[in-house]
Amino acid sequence: MKQHTPLTPGIVAGRLTPQEYEANFGDISPRLAPHEASVAANRCYFCYDAPCVTACPTSIDIPLFIRQIATGTPEAAARTILSQNILGGMCARVCPTENLCEGACVRETAEGDPVTIGRLQRYATDTLMADGTHPFTRAKPTGKRVAVVGGGPAGLSCAHRLALLGHSVTIYEARAKLGGLNEYGIASYKAPEDFAQREIDWLLQIGGIEVRTNTKVESLSKLRDYDAIFLGVGLAGTNSLGLDKMKNVRDAVEFIAELRQQPDRAKLAVGRNVVVIGGGMTAVDAAVQSKLLGAENVTIVYRRTRGDMGASDVEKAHAETHGVRIVTGAVPAAMGAEARFTYAADASQSLALAADQVLSAIGQTLAQVPVGEKDGLRHEGRKLAPKPAPDVWAGGDCAAGGDDLTVTAVAEGRDAAESIHKALMGA
Amino acid sequence: MANLQSTFVGIKSPNPFWLASAPPTDKKYNVERAYEAGWGGVVWKTLGSEGPPVVNVNGPRYGAIWGPDRRLLGLNNIELITDRPLQVNLQEIKEVKRKWRDRALVISLMVPCDEESWKDILKRIEDTEADGVELNFGCPHGMAERGMGSAVGQVPEYIEMVTRWVKQYSRMPCIVKLTPNITDVRRPAEAAKRGGADAVSLINTINSITSVNLDSFAPEPTIDGKGTHGGYCGPAVKPIALNMVAEIARSPETRGIPISGIGGVTTWRDAAEFMALGAGNVQVCTAAMTYGFKVVQEMISGLSQYLDEKGLASTADLVGRAVPNVTDWQYLNLNYVTKAVIDQEACIKCGRCYAACEDTSHQAIAMSADRTFTVKEDECVACNLCVDVCPVESCITMRELGLGELDQRTGRKVASFANWTTHPNNPSAKAAE
Repeated sequence: MKQHTPLTPGIVAGRLTPQEYEANFGDISPRLAPHEASVAANRCYFCYDAPCVTACPTSIDIPLFIRQIATGTPEAAARTILSQNILGGMCARVCPTENLCEGACVRETAEGDPVTIGRLQRYATDTLMADGTHPFTRAKPTGKRVAVVGGGPAGLSCAHRLALLGHSVTIYEARAKLGGLNEYGIASYKAPEDFAQREIDWLLQIGGIEVRTNTKVESLSKLRDYDAIFLGVGLAGTNSLGLDKMKNVRDAVEFIAELRQQPDRAKLAVGRNVVVIGGGMTAVDAAVQSKLLGAENVTIVYRRTRGDMGASDVEKAHAETHGVRIVTGAVPAAMGAEARFTYAADASQSLALAADQVLSAIGQTLAQVPVGEKDGLRHEGRKLAPKPAPDVWAGGDCAAGGDDLTVTAVAEGRDAAESIHKALMGA
Repeated sequence: MANLQSTFVGIKSPNPFWLASAPPTDKKYNVERAYEAGWGGVVWKTLGSEGPPVVNVNGPRYGAIWGPDRRLLGLNNIELITDRPLQVNLQEIKEVKRKWRDRALVISLMVPCDEESWKDILKRIEDTEADGVELNFGCPHGMAERGMGSAVGQVPEYIEMVTRWVKQYSRMPCIVKLTPNITDVRRPAEAAKRGGADAVSLINTINSITSVNLDSFAPEPTIDGKGTHGGYCGPAVKPIALNMVAEIARSPETRGIPISGIGGVTTWRDAAEFMALGAGNVQVCTAAMTYGFKVVQEMISGLSQYLDEKGLASTADLVGRAVPNVTDWQYLNLNYVTKAVIDQEACIKCGRCYAACEDTSHQAIAMSADRTFTVKEDECVACNLCVDVCPVESCITMRELGLGELDQRTGRKVASFANWTTHPNNPSAKAAE
């Protein structure tokens, strides 16, 4: 059945054997076995006012949940996690923990070897979710109705907290599925086996949340019947390279989304020589997955220094371990069968890379709709203000102040829900 | 390298590390493996009277408690004395002793508390050429219900009586093994001495229930839904054992009686501590049962290095060196003042010292916004809890204030030695000279 190999010129599908695809897109960091979890949990020092908690955007009580794992109650640990972060399962998989909790762990300071907080969090949340029950009970209905625009991490977190507090929530999602970047935007090996949708199904068990997918909100004026509106629309636009659009240049976000939605990897076309432009997590996810799809040569080219890259050291190392080359200090000059770059340090020197396929990952932007001027929403910089109008709240990547992480979006959605609750109930 | 050669009540062994009477010394096969690994001696697992062998439970015999990473901290057992025929044991002891002449081999004994029984067993073991006998007056489970083991060890008069019989009917060195399941370990030690014992060994295991099964609601180890108290041993009991050894070593009535130290010896350091408190040698069981016989090799190299570093020529030079420094509380210097000092370079900012001090002690550690922890000398009573809870060894230390230095907590300058016996708050204080 295999028609092509990594050496086949051009952009083609089916470069690998079914076994290779399966191996390449399996779980990158499988759930800990109970013994592994016990050993890892027992390394936690139960710090006072722990630095890991401070480093967590959702302020999960990490020492407590780890102690709960160590004492054989991972379900209680999961409740500790989920009470702060309802998407604790996904965050355990996608958080750049080396920059957050694990980076702050005192055992990182002591031995350069932090407690594996992310994997322990996954152990707890997976254990609780495995029995299919939902650990929270909805408060008595308040009769208040809230519209949540955007079904990504911020919207889901906001909707769950609002529903928990007894409000009725409607989520409007432009795409066919809820999840936002969890579903469309992260590397598939980070959350295999349809985890994003399983987590959402589990989350919605709280009740009181109506979901309208394939429903793009064109203007907020249509939502004026609601008592409050939360905008978690993400960054739907992407920056353009500003060069002549060539046929082989593709948006990395779109490439990743297609990959996530196609269960049969053999149907996904990838170039023999792939050039990814950008330096963030999207660039790494696109580059590594290109390699895993069978590209022979994959190069990430970033215009500034290695230290300036948005991707963490662990992500960079992950890319390089998978055979991705990282070139820094090179600015795109022309894209074609050959991708040409000029070195920032010396404009007289250039770099030419064979490029069957160029993936552009140079950042996302706030799209106009439904947050255009006609809705009178306040902006901060190029993003929405956290409270862009009197009865409108915003959170996640579309809102100013965060750092474009799933976990930040969850925190902002949760906090917006608490703020909405306070406003609606006059508490 | 220091010579670890040890002579205990006349029994020579190449090192002071003996295996205690327990499952590791129940038969020739194990004992030979132990000798091959380097153990200096063994106390053969307790022999009983001639007759139908003892029976053991056929379910679990051990329970345990663990530290992080499932490090075994304490073990308990409900196993009885040897369940092999007496003749088999005697034959094997004889064979092993002939083959391993340089190693110590002592036989542990437990027979009913009557003269004939002791006379009989002593006669039977004569032929083995074993180096000595240890009287098991300590085993707290099973045999005690039949009037043996700790049932004898808890009655000083019985200890004295049996020890007398043993000395009367045997020329072998006699070590009396003491139970810790009493209120004052000096009384049975005194009784052993009065009876003519050549030495005491301690501690035997402690009555214990290691855990309760929360599904079946039965103590562990559980035998068909029921459990019984077992004998507790391992690293967790070491502090109890050290104190009992020290009490015997420093008591005027028992001072000078040779002591074989037992209770949680796991490393050379534990052994050295027992010996410094007066033990002439040590007996080990749980460490071997946890890690295998090879652990003795670390004990040998470690003790040898330590003796070299201290300029001590032999283990005998170490024995008892800490005994003069064991005293009663009333004699402690109340004018000795220390303050905790946190080494900021070593600190990993876990904050455990702060939590311990702030929540449970004297609010003597300050925490800054950037998690710098410092000692408030005007509050620090030098309790040492911060040192004990800190995960980094030597990160927090206690600094001794010099004579005349101001103690910021009391506002008084450090004065010269004075203890409770002369303290003004002590109603029975003697006037200071």
